[in-house]
Amino acid sequence: MSASPVYLDAATAAPMHPVARQALLAALDDGWADPGKLYTQARRARQLLDAAREATALTLGVRADEVSFTPSGTTAAHGAVLGGLAGRRRVGSTLVHSAIEHSAVLHAAERHVGAGGTAAAVPVDRLGRLDLTAWSTAVRAPGVALAALITASHEVGTVQPVAEAAAACADMGVPLYVDAAQSVGRVPLPAGWSVLTASAHKWGGPPGVGVLAVRKGTRWESPWPADEREGGRTPGVVNLPAVVAAAASLRAAAADAAAEATRLAALVDRVRERVAVEVPDVEVVGDPVLRLPHLVTFSCLYVDGEALLHALDRRGFAVSSGSSCTSSTLRPSHVLEAMGVLSHGNVRVSLHRETTEADVERFLTELPGIVAGLRADAGVVGL
Amino acid sequence: MPDEVIDCRGQRCPLPVIAAARRMPEVPVGTVVRVLADDPAAAVDIPAWCRMRGQEFLGSVNGPDGPAYDVRRTH
Repeated sequence: MSASPVYLDAATAAPMHPVARQALLAALDDGWADPGKLYTQARRARQLLDAAREATALTLGVRADEVSFTPSGTTAAHGAVLGGLAGRRRVGSTLVHSAIEHSAVLHAAERHVGAGGTAAAVPVDRLGRLDLTAWSTAVRAPGVALAALITASHEVGTVQPVAEAAAACADMGVPLYVDAAQSVGRVPLPAGWSVLTASAHKWGGPPGVGVLAVRKGTRWESPWPADEREGGRTPGVVNLPAVVAAAASLRAAAADAAAEATRLAALVDRVRERVAVEVPDVEVVGDPVLRLPHLVTFSCLYVDGEALLHALDRRGFAVSSGSSCTSSTLRPSHVLEAMGVLSHGNVRVSLHRETTEADVERFLTELPGIVAGLRADAGVVGL
Repeated sequence: MPDEVIDCRGQRCPLPVIAAARRMPEVPVGTVVRVLADDPAAAVDIPAWCRMRGQEFLGSVNGPDGPAYDVRRTH
């Protein structure tokens, strides 16, 4: 008998919220026209887009005209970085960023460096928390155009000191971009940022919708070829049914966020405690207290990460890993590397609104035997 | 200089860490073992293993044989 599936990779993509499904189906009928045109069908589409933007802005605590919908969270992150740098190129060409940004931010940074700019990575401690002293020094250097800080690590869950980092930026007049993909729809947003991005499939919206918010007065300039849509910040007609579904599900997720955070944080606490006790030679990583409510990461000594993922999958568990053998580049996660924690045998478990206590219990019951079996196969027991 | 060298070039993690862990109890306390490992994960995982096991990580060198990591058996 095959094991029933338990999906524990919400940090990659959360299962679609039922509200998103309903809104998507309704908008497929009602929102297919180009909202930029001047006939009846277009006006209806425009109404749907305006309502989606207003609802999203309300949840983010910004003005509707500060919000643009992009074709993905990655596109939003690329635009945030490259646009923030373009808007301040007369001030300088340095991007300051934490060492644990999402790869989308780092790839935009690589593009910037390839075009002659500079990038300065600020280290984190063993728990994955930003070194604020190094950050303050970095943003005080001459020629800093933009600073980028993830609100909370997508790989280990550690919440970053955004308010303090933002204050250091404000002292120097440097705009702060925050990648809030793991926070939006789950936890209150920090203050002090100028640019924010998020991704709908992280909160239960459909894939293929990103959010780019640029506060009024921020010197941000679109890095893309000109297009009048979405405030001129991202080209191309939006996938309106998906945007409508994203906005509806964000409102629903935000309404339940406090209760869900409490429920999931208790389950994550249980994973942290039980894994540390019941799996020998395991390193549970990330800040145990200042962390996201839904995400926990640990590394199992002497275990091959890919083998562990496959073994878990055979028992019905879908999880993610930062181990090098699970990545296309065969490099370990830059986040685990920056923290200086064990990178092999790594598992990231991330929970969502459909995750039950029974799911977590079954995972915790089966994990020690799965790890022990892999260690026995590899002949590393007792090392 | 190391007292002995383990050649783990071409091996993917966790194999270099496992090789170091196997060898360590066989050498006298105080011995410096150099692990040659070209898998990039070794740069993270060998120091992390030393921390978890209470062995001393002396540092990495990048010589003609590629990246190498020196570990001293402390107990």
